Amino acid sequence: MAVQRQCQSRHAARPRQLRRQTVKVLVTEYLRIDLAGERWECRRCDHDIGDARRSYKEGLLVYDREPADIHKPLLDTGKYAFTFTPDPRWCRILEYYCPSCGTMVETEYTVPGHPPVHDIEFDLDALKAQWAQRRPVTERTPAKDLPRPEGHHHHHHHHRHGHPED
Amino acid sequence: MNVMPGLATLSVGERKLLQDFVDEHQLFYGPDPAIMRNHKLEPRTAAEDRALDTQGDPHLLNQVRGRVVSALAESFRMVEQMGAAPGAKWGDLVTAIFTASGDLSEISPAGIVTFAGVCQYPIKFVNKYWTHDPSVGVRHGDGFIHNDSRYGGIHNTDQSMMMPVFHDGELVCWVSSTIHEGENGAIEPGGMPAKAESRFDEGLKMSPFRIVEDFQVKRDILTFLQNSVRDPKLQYEDLKVKLHACMRLMDRVRAVIAEFGKDALIAYLRRNLEDTEAEVHRRIAELPDGVVRFNTWIDSTLREPALLKVACAARVKGDRMTIDLRGSSPQLSNRSVNAVLGSTKVCFLTGVLQNIWPDLPHNLGVLAAFDFETDRNSLIDANNDAPCAMSLLPMFRTITVATVAFPKFIYSLPDDAKARATVVLAGQYNQPATFVYGGLTQHMEVTGNFCADINGNGQGARENRDGEHSVSPLFGFMCDTGEYELAEEELPMVRLIAQHLARDRVGWGKYRGGLGYEQMVTARGTSMWGFMTGQSGSRFCSAPGLFGGYSCPAYPIAKVKDVNVFDWFNEHGNAALFPYDIVQLMNERPIGQARYVTADAGMTFEMVEEGEIYMICQGAGGGYGDILERDPEAVMQDLREDLISHDSAREIYRVVYDPRTLIVDATATAAARDEERAARKRRGKPFAEFTAGWVTDGPAPDLPYYGSWGDPGTIVAGWDKSRRTMEAGAIEPIFMPDPRELRIAELEARLAAQG
Repeated sequence: MAVQRQCQSRHAARPRQLRRQTVKVLVTEYLRIDLAGERWECRRCDHDIGDARRSYKEGLLVYDREPADIHKPLLDTGKYAFTFTPDPRWCRILEYYCPSCGTMVETEYTVPGHPPVHDIEFDLDALKAQWAQRRPVTERTPAKDLPRPEGHHHHHHHHRHGHPED
Repeated sequence: MNVMPGLATLSVGERKLLQDFVDEHQLFYGPDPAIMRNHKLEPRTAAEDRALDTQGDPHLLNQVRGRVVSALAESFRMVEQMGAAPGAKWGDLVTAIFTASGDLSEISPAGIVTFAGVCQYPIKFVNKYWTHDPSVGVRHGDGFIHNDSRYGGIHNTDQSMMMPVFHDGELVCWVSSTIHEGENGAIEPGGMPAKAESRFDEGLKMSPFRIVEDFQVKRDILTFLQNSVRDPKLQYEDLKVKLHACMRLMDRVRAVIAEFGKDALIAYLRRNLEDTEAEVHRRIAELPDGVVRFNTWIDSTLREPALLKVACAARVKGDRMTIDLRGSSPQLSNRSVNAVLGSTKVCFLTGVLQNIWPDLPHNLGVLAAFDFETDRNSLIDANNDAPCAMSLLPMFRTITVATVAFPKFIYSLPDDAKARATVVLAGQYNQPATFVYGGLTQHMEVTGNFCADINGNGQGARENRDGEHSVSPLFGFMCDTGEYELAEEELPMVRLIAQHLARDRVGWGKYRGGLGYEQMVTARGTSMWGFMTGQSGSRFCSAPGLFGGYSCPAYPIAKVKDVNVFDWFNEHGNAALFPYDIVQLMNERPIGQARYVTADAGMTFEMVEEGEIYMICQGAGGGYGDILERDPEAVMQDLREDLISHDSAREIYRVVYDPRTLIVDATATAAARDEERAARKRRGKPFAEFTAGWVTDGPAPDLPYYGSWGDPGTIVAGWDKSRRTMEAGAIEPIFMPDPRELRIAELEARLAAQG
């Protein structure tokens, strides 16, 4: 069954040009780009985050997280300087939240005062041209299985592992 | 050739005369930048052209490939079974085959990519300089040895044996065998001297030379090598092991030639490279054009705390991808944490092959498809004067760079894209977290090496499930952890705990990273023993999360000093009181009179008295996704498996449950998580407002900071009055002040202040 699905997707006729429907490119677990409108969107709540030619971070909320909140001191701070917690004068966690649904879209570990990194900067025109030749993907399917030893490729189903967390 | 004054005034004939003279009288055959800076495939030779013209049947070439891969697997097992080095016992080795020109074409299936990747450089050196040198030459039955990373290598603890394979007098290919040997006569025992302040502190410096003639080890040269290290037995035994693995591999290759013909072998070796490179370009073409940027900081030079930036901008345009590492920290000329460019690139290759495209053949064709941009004299492109003994620190970050950059390019791709070869996953823990040791064994023999603890790096979380615990070193997925009992038979070390997963040290996320394990070790029955560690990440987290997941925590070293725990055990009832857990031992301090210390996990070699306890943790992999999306039942399972505390379940994951039955209150959990999402919206600031108050012109004055800040074109180095600013394209190497001198000056100032 899975093999059939794989074959279908490989051999299905591809659209010759961009369809009328809006193509939205899934960029991360929480972000997508609406190609027609050139907008970043939240994948959890569909919130319009901002101009896809600029950093998606510009449309999010940012919080300078105290590292000890997340990486809690496990050793007695009264006794020890090193406790499994990062040094807050050296390391901060910038948390980026969707302003609409509050999902944590990204974390950035950085040095206090360092400019936030513009981490994803795609060429929108090239992206449009690329997706004009592709079928739209509305949901990312679970990932491919890891490569299997020779002779076992077709015995394993493509997506589901039967793992409780899948 | 050097540019000489007055050169322009010479006639063509005079210039040729001068050039010939210079070529014939080269003072020193140092590392050749033309070899060391080039990671592209060598041009096709006439023999390769001929072979490819006549051997076009892919089925035949695949048959040849199968035979060669099988031979590589066999020679790998030989080394693993016979090798004396601890590294050999747990798989820190490789055997490989190269084209006649020296391009890496295939490695043993379970072998270390980085070792084979850097081994092509010394082969190319031998080809270029020794083949036609009347005092050397390259002949059937020769074996060349090498370990200096400036001629190709990761660090000087790895030794390679390389042998040419001839057929009817024609060089057809090269084969090699490499082991992380450990001891190499450096300033600190064990082969990875964090204390090295110059390349002359790094021990053996073998440029590529012949040590085997007519398949026989030259005993005079071997004696010189044995005389230069602390463990002459190891040097001898593993030299023979590597030689015989190469000889077996050569036998198999010659059998392939006998059966299929020389041209079939040559065509396979070359086509393997060209096809692989073409496939990588096809995959890059599937990615979006654009840039993905990522910064990471190493927080120690292993001699002093310092923030050393590794900056990366991965750029895709069409079927080309450039890894731009400009803006990274300057090289530190008297510290061991530098890497030469050849090593840096090959570590990136490892990152790609292990985490992104594991289905590709592991060869130079993959690397050749990428372009690199670096600043000369930087931490990841150091000059030949800089010590590189602990190059692992910056190099491992280039593996991390791959695991952060590629998912952001790949996540969007359709199911049938070839570039989606495996799951998207967060960064694996990226520190060489192990004890390097040295001293006298209980058999009164001098030794120095390192433990297989390094193989317990937690895997990063995946997009559809948690990372594996303590799965492998991040540079070798096939490595095992070895037999501790075997080590304890030989070494005066006792593990009080081993491979006990470190609770609550987690890369949190929707899926969590795999955990690392705790190690608690002491010495017994020796008159001289010591440890060092080469871990960074005690102040700044080293393994990043992905798509909203958190990094691993920060890991210190912990010690219990000035006590003999074996004496304490002998006192009635104490054995039952000992907490086999770092956190409990350090917080409860059950052994009276002892001195309890935590410190930066980068520790230079330190003598240990019997019964003193040293503790480190393997780290966790980074988390994936928003913590509030973690399945509450998965959180309960983490509690059942004692991976996390109740505090973490409640305060990190916001799960409401009965702590006795671990039954989740789904409604209350949803409400708690909604409340946390609302709290995020209250405390988060709009980006522009946030950056206006956050961004500074440079690092805080007292931060020992090295690397670019906002603009990758400007490099900051140092702190306070000693801080300098340089152009990224014109970096001057940095010399760090002696930490002891700084300490003396500080104490003198305090004395002076007190009158």
